[in-house]
Amino acid sequence: MTDLFSKLSLYLSYPFVQYALIVGTLIALCSSLLGVTLVLKRYSFIGDGLSHVAFGAMAIATVMKLNNDMPLTLLITVLCAILLLRTGQNAKIKGDAAIAMISVGSLAIGYLLMSLFPGSSNISGDVCTTLFGSTSILTLSPEEVWLSVGLSIAVVLFFILFYNKIFAVTFDESFTRATGQRAGLYNLIIAVIIAVIIVLAMNLVGSLLISALVIFPALSAMRVFKTFKSVTVCAAIVSVFCALLGMLASILLATPVGSTIVVTDIIVFIIFTVIGKIKGGARS
Amino acid sequence: MAQIQCKQLAVGYDGQKVLSGLDFSVKAGDYLCVIGENGSGKTTLMKTLLGLLKPISGSLSFSDGISRTDIGYLPQQTDVQRDFPASVWEIVLSGCQNKMGAKPFYGKKEKTAALENIHRMKIEDLRRRCYRELSGGQQQRVLLARALCAAGSILLLDEPTAGLDPKAIDEMYALIGSLHDSGITIIMISHDVANAEKYATHILDVGNRVFFGTIDAYRKEREQHD
Ligand SMILES: Nc1ncnc2c1ncn2[C@@H]1O[C@H](COP(=O)(O)OP(=O)(O)OP(=O)(O)O)[C@@H](O)[C@H]1O
Ligand SMILES: [Mg+2]
Repeated sequence: MTDLFSKLSLYLSYPFVQYALIVGTLIALCSSLLGVTLVLKRYSFIGDGLSHVAFGAMAIATVMKLNNDMPLTLLITVLCAILLLRTGQNAKIKGDAAIAMISVGSLAIGYLLMSLFPGSSNISGDVCTTLFGSTSILTLSPEEVWLSVGLSIAVVLFFILFYNKIFAVTFDESFTRATGQRAGLYNLIIAVIIAVIIVLAMNLVGSLLISALVIFPALSAMRVFKTFKSVTVCAAIVSVFCALLGMLASILLATPVGSTIVVTDIIVFIIFTVIGKIKGGARS
Repeated sequence: MAQIQCKQLAVGYDGQKVLSGLDFSVKAGDYLCVIGENGSGKTTLMKTLLGLLKPISGSLSFSDGISRTDIGYLPQQTDVQRDFPASVWEIVLSGCQNKMGAKPFYGKKEKTAALENIHRMKIEDLRRRCYRELSGGQQQRVLLARALCAAGSILLLDEPTAGLDPKAIDEMYALIGSLHDSGITIIMISHDVANAEKYATHILDVGNRVFFGTIDAYRKEREQHD
């Protein structure tokens, strides 16, 4: 036990571990905020599609040998988010097909590019990093750290400023539109925030696990809490808690960061489901 | 002066007409009751008035002083998902948003308005409850309170009494009547012709015989046909 603690305090004295914890916590906070909206507005598939787009964009950035791939990835993902939202509004079924096309297409193109123009000798390592995050949170450059911190703060601020509008358009979009509010604009803001969150979260858990990071805390909170505000706050706390616990565990146990965090989220989800059942059962 | 004016309006989905050749106007202070059989296109017409559907042909115009932010609306069915975590208070407050512009947070004015409408609908004791755990009639009252928060000068109601008990139906008509007395224009869809005749000033029948006119004209017309 003391062994574990001395190991932990040793790791915590490294600046890159400290950066990872700070950035990881912020990313977890951001990604939980829109969880409820994503789950309930059936936007989750857009989120899924976008994470694949982000993978393709990152591959392009890697091939172009950019030393900071985040700005390009961010640009492409945000543009795709807007595009998907537009097509989704025109016709429902076509929108679904468009998302499938874009997301699977980006995966294929991304992998093809990485194989054709290998950035390093270890392609499968590169691919694994982009898909599952592996250690990228521990290898952030100082600029990436600052960019991540800045973007996270921007996401949180935007979310707070638009909290009531996001609630309205998530709860009842027709009513919001019918009473003269700019539902289209709010949807656009939601889509852009989702895109930013996805690019951020790619560093933490990789593109395949992003949906888990976004959706699990919200689902856990919804088991126990019943108002939008309490669910949002609870999801944020759960997400930050799981991310911290997951990151520390992964350092100590030498497991991949992303999957450890997601497993922690799953365990918390199970615990919350049980609590919800007990609470519900006690009342009825 | 007419707040809403429709000329040869045709409404429907994806270019398919459900109703066509509608000519009617709604003036400030009118109480228009829209009647017709199930599936005759009443809800479709209301969605078109609200700008949720585009008119297929003909014209629909609002007078200058009226914008969509003056409109309150009670939908017949909400697309609200079953699991949505939201309290009654959060939902009623959200009705105030169309008056807030870019203002991000609710102030005293919005909270007072929300409270007042919660009192009007007699749902004080439900304030902290979760919407999805309410009965159908209770949910209807919550959505009406939200519509009242949004309504400035016009209130559109799609079967507001659906799912209410007989006593609540009478109270609802009395309440809508008092809103009308206070100067709000009412456009309401209803199957309850008796109550419609009691309160409405105008009738729009979109059933087999299309009719638009004042309540007296409607009575005369019906006498002739019976
Ligand atoms: N989303 C939709 N897409 C295509 N057709 C629709 C859609 N919704 C309704 N319709 C059709 O339009 C017609 C009119 O429907 P509408 O809902 O306006 O009827 P209504 O008069 O409101 O009936 P009710 O009294 O049952 O509420 C119906 O034949 C219905 O099948
Ligand atoms: Mg209807």
